Amino acid sequence: MSESRAVLEGPDIHRALTRIAHEILERTKGADEVVLLGIPTRGAPLARRLGDRIEEFEGVKIPVGSIDITMYRDDLRLKPARPLGRTELPADGIDGKIVVLVDDVLYSGRTVRAALDALNDLGRPTAVQLATLVDRGHRELPIRADYVGKNLPTAKSEKVRVFLRETDGRDAVILMKGGAE
Amino acid sequence: MIIRNVRILGGEPADIRIQDGLIAEIGPALQGDGDVVDGGGVIALPGLVDLHTHLREPGREDAETVRTGTQSAARGGYTAVHAMANTSPVADTAGVVEQVWRLGREFAHCDVQPVGAVTVGLDGRQLAELGAMADSAAGVRVFSDDGKCVSDAVLMRRALEYVKAFDGVIAQHAQEPRLTEGAQMNEGVISGRLGLTGWPAVAEEAIIARDCLLAAHVGSRLHVCHVSTAGSVEILRWAKSHGWNITAEVTPHHLLLTDDLVEESPAGAYNPIYKVNPPLRTRADVAALRAALADGTIDVVATDHAPHPVEDKETEWSAAAMGMIGLETALSVVQEAMVDTGLLDWAAVADRMSAAPARIGRLSGHGRPLEAGAPANLTLYDPAPRTEVDPSAFASKSRNTPYAGMTLPGRVVATFLRGKPTVLEGKLV
Amino acid sequence: MNRHLISAGDLSKDDALLILDTAEELARVSERSIKKLPTLRGRTVVNLFFEDSTRTRISFEAAAKRLSADVINFSAKGSSVSKGESLKDTALTLEAMGADAVVIRHGSSGAPHRLANWVHGSVVNAGDGTHEHPTQALLDAFSMRRRLGALDGRKVTIVGDVLHSRVARSNVLLLHTLGAEVTLVAPPTLLPVSVHTWPCEVSYDLDTVLAKSDVVMMLRVQKERMNAAYFPSEREYSRRYGLDRARFAKMPDDAIVMHPGPMNRGMEIAAEVADSSRSTIVEQVANGVTIRMAVLYLLLGGETA
Repeated sequence: MSESRAVLEGPDIHRALTRIAHEILERTKGADEVVLLGIPTRGAPLARRLGDRIEEFEGVKIPVGSIDITMYRDDLRLKPARPLGRTELPADGIDGKIVVLVDDVLYSGRTVRAALDALNDLGRPTAVQLATLVDRGHRELPIRADYVGKNLPTAKSEKVRVFLRETDGRDAVILMKGGAE
Repeated sequence: MIIRNVRILGGEPADIRIQDGLIAEIGPALQGDGDVVDGGGVIALPGLVDLHTHLREPGREDAETVRTGTQSAARGGYTAVHAMANTSPVADTAGVVEQVWRLGREFAHCDVQPVGAVTVGLDGRQLAELGAMADSAAGVRVFSDDGKCVSDAVLMRRALEYVKAFDGVIAQHAQEPRLTEGAQMNEGVISGRLGLTGWPAVAEEAIIARDCLLAAHVGSRLHVCHVSTAGSVEILRWAKSHGWNITAEVTPHHLLLTDDLVEESPAGAYNPIYKVNPPLRTRADVAALRAALADGTIDVVATDHAPHPVEDKETEWSAAAMGMIGLETALSVVQEAMVDTGLLDWAAVADRMSAAPARIGRLSGHGRPLEAGAPANLTLYDPAPRTEVDPSAFASKSRNTPYAGMTLPGRVVATFLRGKPTVLEGKLV
Repeated sequence: MNRHLISAGDLSKDDALLILDTAEELARVSERSIKKLPTLRGRTVVNLFFEDSTRTRISFEAAAKRLSADVINFSAKGSSVSKGESLKDTALTLEAMGADAVVIRHGSSGAPHRLANWVHGSVVNAGDGTHEHPTQALLDAFSMRRRLGALDGRKVTIVGDVLHSRVARSNVLLLHTLGAEVTLVAPPTLLPVSVHTWPCEVSYDLDTVLAKSDVVMMLRVQKERMNAAYFPSEREYSRRYGLDRARFAKMPDDAIVMHPGPMNRGMEIAAEVADSSRSTIVEQVANGVTIRMAVLYLLLGGETA
């Protein structure tokens, strides 16, 4: 069994999301046109938390939804067919909005590439931005995050796992040392 | 010729001396001239007689010929087969039955006794010239529309009566046609699940009951082909208890296989290799058939050897031909189902597979007890080895065996037809 | 899940729920303006139809195209098949074309099982003889679940020619797997003799089961059955087993009416009943595309075995 350690605990995650919320407000000048779209599984609750945080700070409720990218993945044939996540767009859609994609870990960038393709079939936002709780490096595509909770230097052999209250019963980011991968 | 060290009907080891096609002498340590065959302690049975073989010639030489069919019979330990009449043209005239009979004589792997059709073209309307076939060189005694049922009660009655004049017998394929329209397999749990049109047991039993009563009424001989259900067994037991002149046969496959195989087998679901008429039935039917063969209610094991080319079986179920080949596996299947289960000893096997079928078919030169003076028709059989059935080794032209890949006991070592070996060391001579 | 979808009985409860849940997500795709997904790009789906069934073929075709698969329609009529080419030779032809999935409709029960021996791709049974029609059962279950929620303990009554119905066979198996309680209602002539071994109840009397049914599914009655003496006349069948207004009124208020189509209005189902708001007959068609997308995705969307 490989050794593992927590790189972020509950309060760290809380602080990181708070900071991202502030940055979104600042960068989008009040977040008037912002739509937060979480990428399932764990991007979706992170997007809701960000939405709640922004509402706390500014008193405005911004639309939050989710965008499942399974059907757009480029590695479908490497594994058995996966169950689908939920795609739920806000009632007003995404046309003319600033879409902020929210994910838990940014790694190769392929998930984000798939999300951009999926967005393309759903509407035409004026801009697309990316927020991630953890950026662990090792990009394989020309993609970068606009908002990062924590930059986490990792080896490729390591694994990063995010636990969230909504899906896992607790908040933590765990770094697992080199397994076979 | 002397055959050394064989156990006659599984008894004590003895030698058999053969001279001029007859058994000259049986006893320990016999002296004599000529070839010596070492039996190595295997079982000697009278040459097997099949009452129900489809040789397919004339007409379907792509499936089997008289030559390949009789080679297949010899490899299975048979010295005589009855060739069914559903050829093309149908064996409903003296000409066709004589042709088949002559082909059998020419190749001489085993005797071929043609069966004549009961009705012209197996059409069930008009009696064929039964007397002409009986009087022909082939000397037909068994008449059957096998493949089809003589379903018209009046026609059946007339046929039963008519053949009394020359000691013939009607071998009925008992299948009520209206109850089996489009039928694909035994009607029961499996057919319901698989959505295949059912072939109900009653369609067989109703005809058997009717024919037994008809045979009794007109005082004729009736033979019932390929009995497949427990209900048929009960009817036959009842009919025989009256002393009526009724005989019946069961196929090896109905003694061993069940309709579950259509749903689940190593060959996959809906594999037409299991499509046969009458269809494979249930475990309860198999048990009843075994008991009936053991107590003599069923007189005979007959193969219903039914060759079909690959393309007639490698297809969807409903389009596939019905039938299985069986000559080269019959004795092994009987050993598995009847002998190794303690239901029959080898003397009884000799009765059910040689003496009784020869008696029903009126073949005087076959089915005789192994004793001095009898024609030297012999099968040497080693019950010990258990081997996987390999259809590619068959002499039959066809490969539609349901036993491929199955492990079965026993092996035919040698077959002798009137003293001449047709098979030695398991190989055709 | 299995590599093929040939019988509803091959699906575990988890498999069945995965298909239904996947379809639930895919239903949202059908509601948006761009209905296409790139998922099966480069994959080939062959519709191999030996029987005319425009509805089912179009449904599979739409499902495959929405997933960006290439679709080849191979209709037996007018092709080499009607000139005596065997199913096996047809299968080998498809194999040479590189079919990733073959959707087969065939008049002979078990033809998809046979086909699966001869092709490497996935085989999807789109109706075989009087055996099964698993995607129809899945879309029926999907339609029920959308109206009624989870199917555990729900009472489903299936009425009509069970003996010859592939829809009934697949539905009994699937609904049982999903925990529903199925009752078959038919004249005894139109039930298999072994129906007592099926995982369902059987009744000859529609009126006594209606009041306890959450779903009543009416099966199509083929006209040719009448000539084969399965029942005396259309009128008598309709009177004893048809879902007319009076019977419809005996059903619980929230119970729904289903029919796999095509309907004989006035025979097994009254027009007013078929067109009522409690009938799912129209949405069954739309749900058909969705459920077939889910099946094709789950069979072809992952690694190939």
